[in-house]
Amino acid sequence: MSDLIEIRWHGRGGQGAKTASLLLADAAFNTGKYIQGFPEYGPERMGAPITAYNRISDKPITVHSNIYEPDYVVVVDDTLLESVNVTAGLKKTGAIVINTTKDNTEIKNSLKGYEGAIYKIDARKISEEALGRYFPNTPMLAAIVKVSGIMTDEQLLNDMKGSFKHKFAKKPEVIEGNMKALEMALKEVEKI
Amino acid sequence: MSIRERLSGNEAAAIAMKQINPDVVAAFPITPSTEIPQYFSTFVSNGDVDTEFVAVESEHSAMAATISAEAAGGRAMTATSANGMSLMWEMIYIASSLRLPIVMSLVNRAVSGPLNIHNDHSDAMGVRDAGWIMLFSENNQEAYDNLIMAHRIAENKNVKLPLMVCQDGFITSHSIENIELIEDDKVKKFVGEYKPDEYLLNKANPIAIGPLDLQAYLFEHKAQQAEAMKNAKKVILEVADEFEKMTGRKYSFFEEYKLDDAEIAIVCMNSTAGTTKFVVDSLREKGIKAGLLKLRVFRPFPAEEIAKALEHVKAVAVLDKADSLNAAGGALFEDVTSAMYVNKKQVPMVNYVYGIGGRDTKADDIEKVYEDLQEIVKSGNVDNPYRYLGLRR
Repeated sequence: MSDLIEIRWHGRGGQGAKTASLLLADAAFNTGKYIQGFPEYGPERMGAPITAYNRISDKPITVHSNIYEPDYVVVVDDTLLESVNVTAGLKKTGAIVINTTKDNTEIKNSLKGYEGAIYKIDARKISEEALGRYFPNTPMLAAIVKVSGIMTDEQLLNDMKGSFKHKFAKKPEVIEGNMKALEMALKEVEKI
Repeated sequence: MSIRERLSGNEAAAIAMKQINPDVVAAFPITPSTEIPQYFSTFVSNGDVDTEFVAVESEHSAMAATISAEAAGGRAMTATSANGMSLMWEMIYIASSLRLPIVMSLVNRAVSGPLNIHNDHSDAMGVRDAGWIMLFSENNQEAYDNLIMAHRIAENKNVKLPLMVCQDGFITSHSIENIELIEDDKVKKFVGEYKPDEYLLNKANPIAIGPLDLQAYLFEHKAQQAEAMKNAKKVILEVADEFEKMTGRKYSFFEEYKLDDAEIAIVCMNSTAGTTKFVVDSLREKGIKAGLLKLRVFRPFPAEEIAKALEHVKAVAVLDKADSLNAAGGALFEDVTSAMYVNKKQVPMVNYVYGIGGRDTKADDIEKVYEDLQEIVKSGNVDNPYRYLGLRR
């Protein structure tokens, strides 16, 4: 792992991309890292494209700008592939992780010749199976952890169990489903 | 042992306020500072603090209420941004002229118009002559640390001035980052109790506050405010020393980052200083002697100290995150150039107005400034000292 890992999240308002970036920051923090987690604030509204960012490092992070040359990109909603240049600045040595059911050729065609690694995951299927509802952010969080190797699967699962207990103190019934979504996503994210 | 945490800048400010446990907090919500009173009101509801929380109907009233609380003998705090600060403006001057050591978080945001909620320093620059001590913060840690030090500076008997702690809206206020918190009991001991000499609720010594002050006295009173601002310099350093003994974190008027042997230097405030450090490190790896002067204490302005710190540099760029719209240059640039001239330091100086209305300032932008500085050193000329950085043409 290099000194500094930079991640850019693309989602739509209401899908939890911002929350996912903050959860990732939390989990990395708990493994002893220096972290930044921040959304790009704009005119937020349900369904509008939003961007969020993570920096993760073993050393203190001083840069305070958006991320233009990310190591990884996470696309929470594949309809964004048509409207947002999701691979802009994305390093060839990095990877993109997309929540999609599209076939591999279609995905590759929509990425404008991106030469790095491409991963896909069906976060809708996982979320609906594990939680009974569509919350793509939990599977996408697990997917980016798996692809980037920021921490081990066990570290993620142990840490998120603690986070979910805190976050869902008033609705503990969803903790199990979220944990299941993480576990499934860790297994199902695949390189194309 | 300090407490390793991860917090946004607003959370850090609210937790500092919780640990300070002031008598009164009066505030009105405005983006991007809203979360500070929001989190603090939770602490009040949960009984974590003894504070009287006054949910006022405007920022003018927020400042009026903190003024009243301080005049009565209490310790009062508030938080605001941009147009909230604009609405306070009348009371801002009254707070300082009544010598009330109120402490405020100013989460910097562009003052309208047109309407913009993002970061620049136009709100702070609009009150730079209002007689408040002004501390700037690179990140959540500094926003927190500056608040912990604030009352000790403001309430000092030789100072008695209000103080604002600035941090960049969204960029640090809404970014989660690592932070080292100080234990509650240590903060309590460090901040101490507020025991004003004179206050309105002291029956034994009745006083009047804020009466008519015409030709015979106002001038002298203003000179006393100016004297207090000079006194603040010594107190700021004393408090920083004590803070360093407690935390190991060193503060002064400014931070000199790889400046002692630098040939070219940038002067800036708040979060951009962090991005500049990153660029300085990468330029140093290429053998370019770049340095940074990150100003923490903007008011009082440490003119002599800045001039001394920059005297050996071959060219200096001052970055202003607010345009003074005066056809001459930004406020920080004018202060720094004046400091250099008065202290007889002849160094080529150039000004960049940048980041207006939240325009993102990238490492590339800062690199461009250092490239320009190298050009200035080579040619010895500054053809246009008043420039823009990151403006679309």
